[in-house]
Parts: sequence; C-alpha cells; structure tokens
Amino acid sequence: GVEVPRALASGPSAFIPAKQVHYNPLTVILDALSVTSIKCLSSVKSQKKTQHALLELDGPLPRHWRHYIAVMAAARHHCSYLVQHHSAGFLEAGGEESWLNGLEYAPTKLRSLQTLNKLLAHRPWLITQQHIQELVCPGVEPRWSLAELIHAVVLMAHAHSLCSFVWGCGLNPEPDHIGGYTFQPPSPSHLPRSPHSPLVDGAMEVEVLMKRMVELQQQQEEEECTQEEMVTRFERERSESIPTAVVRGAPPDLVLRLVEDPEFRYEDFAPRGEQAPPTMRAQDYSWEDHGFSLVNRLLPDMGQLLDEKFQVVSNLTYHRMAMHEGVDTHTLRKALWNYIHCLYGIRYDDYDYGSVNVLLERSLKVFVKTMACHPEQTTTHIYHAFWRHFRHSEKVHANLIVMEARLQAALLYTLRAITHYMR
Amino acid sequence: MEKMSRVTTALSSNAISGRTMFCHLDAPANAISVCRDATQVVVAGRNIFKIYALEEEQFVEKLNLRVGRKPSLNFSCADVMWHQMEENLLATAATNGAVVTWNLGKPSRNKQDQLFTEHKRTVNKVCFHPTEVYMLLSGSQDGFMKCFDLRKKESVSTFSGQSESVRDVQFSMKDYFTFAASFENGNVQLWDIRRPDRYERMFTAHTGPVFCCDWHPDDRGWLATGGRDKMVKVWDMTTNRAKEIYCVQTIASVARVKWRPERKFHLATCSMMVDHNIYVWDIRRPFIPFATFEEHKDVTTGIVWRHQHDPHFLLSGSKDSTLYQHMFKDATRPVDKANPEGLCFGLFGDLAFAAKESLISSDANRKPYPGGDRRYPIFFFKKPDQTEQFAHVSSALSVFETDLDSNRMDWFVKTAQLYLLSGKPFAELCDHNAKVARELKRPQVSTTWTMLRIMFSDPANLTTPGPNHNLSKLGTLPLMNSFSMKEMGSGMGTESRLERSKGESRQDNIHLEPGNMHISNNNEENEETEGSEGQAEYMFGDAELDDDDLYSMEHDNQTEEQEYTLPQEAFQLRHEIMDNPSAPEHLQQDKADSPHVSGNEAEVTCLTPIESFSLISISQPLFSPHLPASFFCPIVREMLSYYAEQGDVQMAVSVLIVLGDRIRKEIDDLTQEHWYMSYIDLLQRFELWNVSNEVIKLSTCSAITCLNQASTTLHINCSNCKRPMSNKGWICDRCHQCASVCAVCHHVVKGLFVWCQGCSHGGHLEHIMNWLKSSTHCPAGCGHLCEYT
Repeated sequence: GVEVPRALASGPSAFIPAKQVHYNPLTVILDALSVTSIKCLSSVKSQKKTQHALLELDGPLPRHWRHYIAVMAAARHHCSYLVQHHSAGFLEAGGEESWLNGLEYAPTKLRSLQTLNKLLAHRPWLITQQHIQELVCPGVEPRWSLAELIHAVVLMAHAHSLCSFVWGCGLNPEPDHIGGYTFQPPSPSHLPRSPHSPLVDGAMEVEVLMKRMVELQQQQEEEECTQEEMVTRFERERSESIPTAVVRGAPPDLVLRLVEDPEFRYEDFAPRGEQAPPTMRAQDYSWEDHGFSLVNRLLPDMGQLLDEKFQVVSNLTYHRMAMHEGVDTHTLRKALWNYIHCLYGIRYDDYDYGSVNVLLERSLKVFVKTMACHPEQTTTHIYHAFWRHFRHSEKVHANLIVMEARLQAALLYTLRAITHYMR
Repeated sequence: MEKMSRVTTALSSNAISGRTMFCHLDAPANAISVCRDATQVVVAGRNIFKIYALEEEQFVEKLNLRVGRKPSLNFSCADVMWHQMEENLLATAATNGAVVTWNLGKPSRNKQDQLFTEHKRTVNKVCFHPTEVYMLLSGSQDGFMKCFDLRKKESVSTFSGQSESVRDVQFSMKDYFTFAASFENGNVQLWDIRRPDRYERMFTAHTGPVFCCDWHPDDRGWLATGGRDKMVKVWDMTTNRAKEIYCVQTIASVARVKWRPERKFHLATCSMMVDHNIYVWDIRRPFIPFATFEEHKDVTTGIVWRHQHDPHFLLSGSKDSTLYQHMFKDATRPVDKANPEGLCFGLFGDLAFAAKESLISSDANRKPYPGGDRRYPIFFFKKPDQTEQFAHVSSALSVFETDLDSNRMDWFVKTAQLYLLSGKPFAELCDHNAKVARELKRPQVSTTWTMLRIMFSDPANLTTPGPNHNLSKLGTLPLMNSFSMKEMGSGMGTESRLERSKGESRQDNIHLEPGNMHISNNNEENEETEGSEGQAEYMFGDAELDDDDLYSMEHDNQTEEQEYTLPQEAFQLRHEIMDNPSAPEHLQQDKADSPHVSGNEAEVTCLTPIESFSLISISQPLFSPHLPASFFCPIVREMLSYYAEQGDVQMAVSVLIVLGDRIRKEIDDLTQEHWYMSYIDLLQRFELWNVSNEVIKLSTCSAITCLNQASTTLHINCSNCKRPMSNKGWICDRCHQCASVCAVCHHVVKGLFVWCQGCSHGGHLEHIMNWLKSSTHCPAGCGHLCEYT
C-alpha cells in the first residue's frame, strides 16, 4: 500500500466539526460563517461589502498594493490563510511575484508602513502623531497622502482583525494553499473528539451566567462606587494575567519573510506599580463622533461601510443562549466588547468593569484575550474550553464581536493620531 | 416683570463693552455656559470645571468647582448649563452617567448639590427649563431622557426614545410644555413634558447622528438641527409635518448650533472634527458663511452667545484649552474674499456670465436676457447696522447664445470613425487620413497629413506610389514650397537654394497658365516664395492668426477647391510635362505663376494634383541626403501642440499614433497623456466607444493603456437561484451550487464558457465545439438543434 499523504486537519475548520460547516472549500472564509449561523448573514454581508470596497472599488491605492498591504498585515499574525489568499489576489491584480519573497523587494513606500503595521497589530496605543507625520509630512520621501494612508490603515486593521477571526474559528487553509486540507475523508483517528464529553457541569454554567446577567441588569442603579474603585476595576481587567497558550511552532517561512521584527508582540500590562500605557477615554474619541467623520472625509463611503459593520455586529443577537431561547444577551455582548477595548486600553466612563468579571468566565477571557491579542496562539483547547454548552454559532458570534471590537480599537488609536496630526 | 427690568438694566450697564480676548484653561473644555447677566461663564470638561468672570479686558478665574484630591468621575463633564432664572444654579452631565446640580450659594468648598445616577450611560446633555426654576431635563447615551424636579431626590418622569442614544435635548423657548430631542440615528422627537408615554412627533432630520438642536429664540416654530452629515437644517414645526425650510451645508460634522440673538436669520455653528472655526451663517445665504472666527487651534466644543439680547459677543471653548470671547466686529467676512463673478457654459454652448452690476453696467451693448432681466438685489435688510450685514450686492447676468450650427461636431465624429491609425504602412495611413480630411473639407488637416507623409516616409517608398497615391498628394505643393524654402534658407548654401528653386520652377511649370515672362532671376524668385512664408508658419502654429481667421480661411479654401476641380482633370497632361527638361522659360513661367498664387492669399490654391506629384518626384534627391526624418521633429512637435492648443486634440493624437516612434520621444509623456485623455474623453462623449478603445490600445502611455484594464468585470447571475454571483464566477455563494457546468463533461467551467442562445446550455468552448462537429443536437439532451458558428 502506498501511503496517501493526509492533511492534519479534517475540514474547513479545525474546531467546528465538518458536518456543521457547509463543505465548500473554495469560497472565502466568511462562507463558512454564513452557514454556521444564518443570522450572521447580515454581518457577513456588511463584512463582504467592506472587504470588497477595501480591495476592489475606487480608492487611492492601486489594487495590487492593497493586497500586498493585506499580506503584510496578515503576516504579522502568522495567518497563512490570509497571506495566501491575498497573495493570490495580489498576483491576480498584476503584482510582481518577487515582492512576495520578502519585504525588501517591495517599494520603499510600502516598506515604510512596517512600523505602523507592527504597532497597529500589537500595540496600537503606541501610535502617535509622530508616526503619522513620518509618513505624511511634506518633504518625506516616499510620501503618503492622507487618503492613501487612511486606506492603508483601514486595510491593515481590517486584515489584523480578520486574522483574529480566522484563527479564532480555526479556519484551515484551503486545498489549493500550502498546508491546506485535502479531499480525503478523515480517518477515524482524525475524527474530532467530542468536546462535551467530560464536562457535566456545563449546563450549570449557563444557568449561572444567565442568573448573573439578570441580576446585573436589576442592580445596576443601586450601587455607587468611587472613582478609584472604578479605575481599579478597569485596571484589574486590563492587567489580569491571562496565560496565553503555548507558543506555536515557527510559522511557515512563506509568512515569516514578510514580517519585520517578528518578536514585537502584544504586551501584557505590567502588574500594578509599573507605568501602565495611557488609557484612552471612549468619550473623548469615539467612532460615532470622531472616527467616522475623519474616515468619511478622507475615504468617502468607507466610513459608512465601517459604521454599518460596527452597528450590525453590536446589534446582532439571536436572543438565545445555549439551550435557552428569548434571552436578552445585550449585557453579555457589551461586556465582551468592553473587555476587548479594555485590553486595548480604551475605557468607558459609564461602564462598570466589575460586570466583566461577573459575566466572563476565565476560560472565555483566555479565549478572547488570545484571539484579540495573540490570535496566532489560539488552540483547539482554548476554543473548546469556554462556553462548553453553547452552540458553535454562538462561539462564532463571540468571534465576530472580538473581530469588530478589535478593528474599532485599532482604528480609533490611529485615527486619533491622524486627527492630532491634522490639527 | 421685575426680572425683565433686571435683564434690561444688566444689558444697559454692560453696554457693549469688551474686546476679543482669551484665556488659557488647564484642560480641554467640553462645554461652556453663561449666567443670565452675562458676567460670568462656566467651563466644563473632563478635567476642568471652573467659573470665569468676564471683565472688560480679560477673563478672571472666579471659582474652581473641581475640588477634592482625586475628583470623582462626576466631575468629568460632557455638558454644563447655567440656570437662566436662578443665578446660583448649575447642572452638569457627567460622562459616567450622573446628572449633577451645583449650588454656588453653598458656603462649603464643594458646591455639589444634587446627584442623580439614574442613567446607565454617559449623559450627553442637560437642559434647564427656561422659565421653571426646578425643572431639569437630561438626555443620555442609553436612549432615555429624564425630567428632574430639583426639589425631589429622583426623576419625575422618564421618556424613552425607543432608539439609540440621545444627543441633545432642548426646551422650547415659547411652548411651556414642549421639548425637542435629537438622536444618534438621525431622528428628532418632540415631546410634551406631561406625557412621558409617547412622543408627540418624530421625523428624520439627518442621515447619521443629529448632534445638536436649538429652538429659535423668537420664532416659536423654528428648530435648527445639526448633524454628522455636515448639514444644518432649519425646520418649521408649526405645520403638521415638520418642514425643512432652510439648509446649510458646512464642511464638517456640526457639533453645536446656536441662534444669534436679535438676528432672525443668523445662527452660529462649530464642528466636531477637523474644522476648528466657528461660523455664523445667514440661513438665507447658505453657501458662504456670513462671518467666521478662526482663533481656535483645535476643535471648538462649546459656543454660547454672551447675552441673550446682544448679538455682538460670542464665547467659545475648545479642545485646545482656551476660552475665547469673540467680538463680532473682529470676525472674518468670507464674503469679502469671495469671487463676485460667475461663468458657466450651458449644454448647448451658451455662455452665462454674472457679475456685480457696477462692473458690467458700463457695457452699453448688453441686451437683456429674454428670460427676464436678472438684475436683482439679493437681499434687503432692515437693520440699520451696515457692517453687520452682507453687502448689498446685485448682480447682472448675461447670457451669450451660440449658433448651434457653428458648433456642430459632425466632422469630429466622421473623422474619428474614418481615420486609420494602424494596420497599414505609414504612408498609406497618411494618405488615407489626408483623404478623409479632404473629404470633410478640412484642407489644412489634409495637407498636414500629406506633408507628414513626405517628411517621414522612407524615400524608397516614395518612388513607388500606389494608384491612390497621386490623388492623395493633392494640395501639398504650395505649402511645401514655402516650407522648404524657409528651411533651406537657414540651413543650406546658396547653391542648393538655387538648385531647389529650379526644382520648384519645374514643378510650377505644370501650370499651363500663360504668364508674364519678365522676371527671370533667381533672387527674385526666392523672394517670391519667401513671401509665402507666412503660410508655412501658419501651418505650424506660429501664426498670429486667431481662430476666426483660421475658420474663415478654411471656408475660403472650400470654395477655392471647387474652382480648382478643373485642373485636376488635367491629370493626363502631367506626365508629358514632367518629362520636359527644365528650361529658362519655365522659370519665367513660374514667376508669373506665383504672384497669382499668393494673390489669392490662402496659398492653399494648392489643390492641384499635378503640382504635388512633380514636387515629390523631384524633391527626393534633394531631401533624402540632407534631411533625416528627425530633422522635422521639432516642427512636427510644434505643429502638434498647435493643433492641441486649437482644440483639435484629435489631430494631435492621431498624428501621434500614426507617427509612433518617429515623434514620440520628442514630446514629453505628460503632454501625451494629457492629449490622450482629452481625446478619449471626447470620443466617449460622442459614444465612439470603438474608436476610443482603439486609441487606448494604440497609445504607448502606460497610464492610458491601463484604462482598458479597468472595469472589465462581467456580472452574472446564478443559474439556480437567479441571484447575482458576487464572489466567483462559477460558484454561487448563496445556494452553493456550481452554476456553470459543462454540458459535455459535467465539470465546472472556470474559463471560457460558451452557450447556445437558443436553449442556454453550454460548456467548455472546446467541448462544445467538438460536440457540435459530430452532432447537431444540444449536448444536454434538450433536443434543441444548436448551432456553432
């Protein structure tokens, strides 16, 4: 017998059993989503619209550049799925193949984005007016126009957050990609092990969570805490040490050669005492009031599309939790969203971060933090460990929230820097 | 009554004094508010909460309300309002959702009075009732508005907007019970304070958030709203449906809007992003701000008129941590800098021109426009204060109509269609194009083509003129004469000149006209020909002739052409004459001839085939050894620019393409690109898609050729679910079916898909081709007799 080479994973997603994902190897990842939960469709639609507008429609950057920027961005998170997807798009758009051999082959103008890309991917709060100035200021060579820059920034932020999603859903490279899964049915040994088997208390968890949500909604008025208490709660969430999983093996060379300074990662905030990165107040620079106007000014239509995207995701709900129907999941979604922003140092004055602690169990926090900050370290274990009784579609929903919240956080920091530069 | 008198005394004692001034705050301001008597202003922000006294020359800090070592978030203000009845009472909206009132009459350092923590999210706005002392309204991010009675510990009523966050709430100035609320989703709601269950009225005012609204202080029905969509709208609320009566388009999202006291049509706005100025608009003139204040270095967050009956003082706070008092007389008036003239072309070439009446009135010839005389004063103001108003401007509008026929572009379309730009030898292309031009009665262009052919053709080709060759040579001669003479004069020795003139004489002798024979010396002949130099220059674009002359010239030519049809028929004669050896008599004859030619001014006389033929045959030996094609390049370049300048970019581009490498390097890429773009644009306007595409294809500018590669997408629908297939062409995202399956091999077709228009079955091009070779029926078995051609 000849050994038939067999891919490690067994379907489009390593986490979600193949029977729940409509088997459709050649469409973009979002298709996997669309079937997983029909209600996500609106989200998928706006997602696709944005992606389409970013990559294909009129814009200041040439098409192959856009793909290359996406490649650069995805490479930061070692997401070979997106890297290959956009590499193909890049070549299709008439890009020069040699660029994909490494950053040093790309034009200087593209390379000058590296710093911004790096910061945007891992520590967007470090982006300052200076970074913008270095790219945009007259006399700088090669010079970016503000419109080009915004386009590139949205592209990069979009790609980064998409990486989170791809890793978070465990999407596997498509068959025609290197390391892609194959058409052979998985052998018995490869069948995904049932994630639920050893866990008896799963149902309990859901009950507890639901009770807490109701409690939170009721009690909110009664307690009035001091500012210090609020700050402490925020800081606690922000700096809580969440062990992020084992470091993966080195990413494929294909990806690595497109990354500069690969050691630069998301930084865990130092435990108390040491200088914490500055907090951004959501009330001082919000997407609705400030970000939107700026994007819309420089890249007409894009603001609208992003706005739509954020709104769709923040309003998305199936009124369902695990086996319960008709649940208002608003507080839970809010907690997720704010927790992610908290990880990125954005604080809402009007939010009590105590409720994050109440609503988000530790395994969920591990998952969210890994996804938002180190998506490349996501493992099957992390995925299965949280919300054990929830459907996959609900987990994907969580993924969506992480993706959008992350995108908005990164965008807010960059847009604020640009606003400061323009002033 | 008593209050009224106090107001007036306050105003009179304050009597318009002060100046434009500012002070530094410690932190960015979010909102400001003044007390009723206009002597103090409160500034609130995330890290600031202070009261400043407005003195004659400066701001003086009166009180810092932000007390305590680590002030609580209740001090972090999104909005502040000073009560207009009770001068010790203030209210703030905190970012953490608290509504706080402050009593300045308190003896302690902490002036905090009441604290309401009923809102779950940031409170965006607080508003006191204009006449009721204890009534306070708040609007929050959580979508609720709450009404507080300050004598009670909690809200008396809650209004649910049933939608996203409330951005602004404003009590009506005139209707005791009414307030307006603006929402993040673009709606504005009107509420009756007594009916918390349901809004009275709701309408969509903007796309995107409505950041602010303001009731008109005098006119009870007017509400101004400002939104993220960069608009300020004024609504008339007295009618059944809110009616938009004015709309001002600004350049950035509108953060605040405030009606100007005592000026019915004025309002002030500031922006939330990017734009740091404060504008005062006359809503009847929405296109240009009435006045601008440009002092702030960062976005202005709060504006307020200092006194509710005084239109001359505006206070503003900003993120740049300054507090300003603006004097209206110091404002910039953009209208003064605006261009008072307007010019516009109509669809059919009519030209409208509007200018200040004073500028235009001297023109006695002006006829009133049939549509009515458009002089009118734009506005009259009753206010006596001239400096405050827009200047009285009245403009006169003149319309110049064009004769439709003179602008006909038929020639352009025909030329575009008939010209050949590639696919044949250079000489033939030139000939063909010359012929086209001639047939369209454009002799100048025609001549140019012929000359180009002569200049750039390989001499070897010239010796073998095709049958139509002769024909196409029409009209070269005289121009050629003058042209080459000019060149020779500068570039060659006298000998060649002599020789050349002989050559000419030989050509000219073809004219069988009898002439005076006296002039026989070469010099004189040279003079004669040089006398026509003007023509040559005219041809190549140096000429001072202006358009009209040009056109009239062409008309002349046309008539002349007619006259000369006869000589064309004398075709046969040519050969015989040509063989004649040159003789002195001919020379003399020539002389006789030239006066005749120049006499008709447009040497274009030309159009006799005989002449050109002989010229060519003889000039070969003269030119080829001395003048490489590149010799002509500068002239051709000038000629092209000349055509382009004249608006005949068609000629410029056509020549550019036909000449190809011969001339390309002579002309800088940008110019070429510019020509191409203009020509392609023109072609597309005339819907000459094929030609435009050909031009794009033939151009060598990379910027142009890539035009062909844009918008090459073909949108298709899925054959199963009939929905558009957005992603890949062969698989449907919705029904996940492979939409295009080959009827022969039953595999997905990813490349060329060919299908029968009769039965709409199809598949791989090759498969279908092969199938239909052997069978006449559809491969899908539908019974249709498909045909492959």
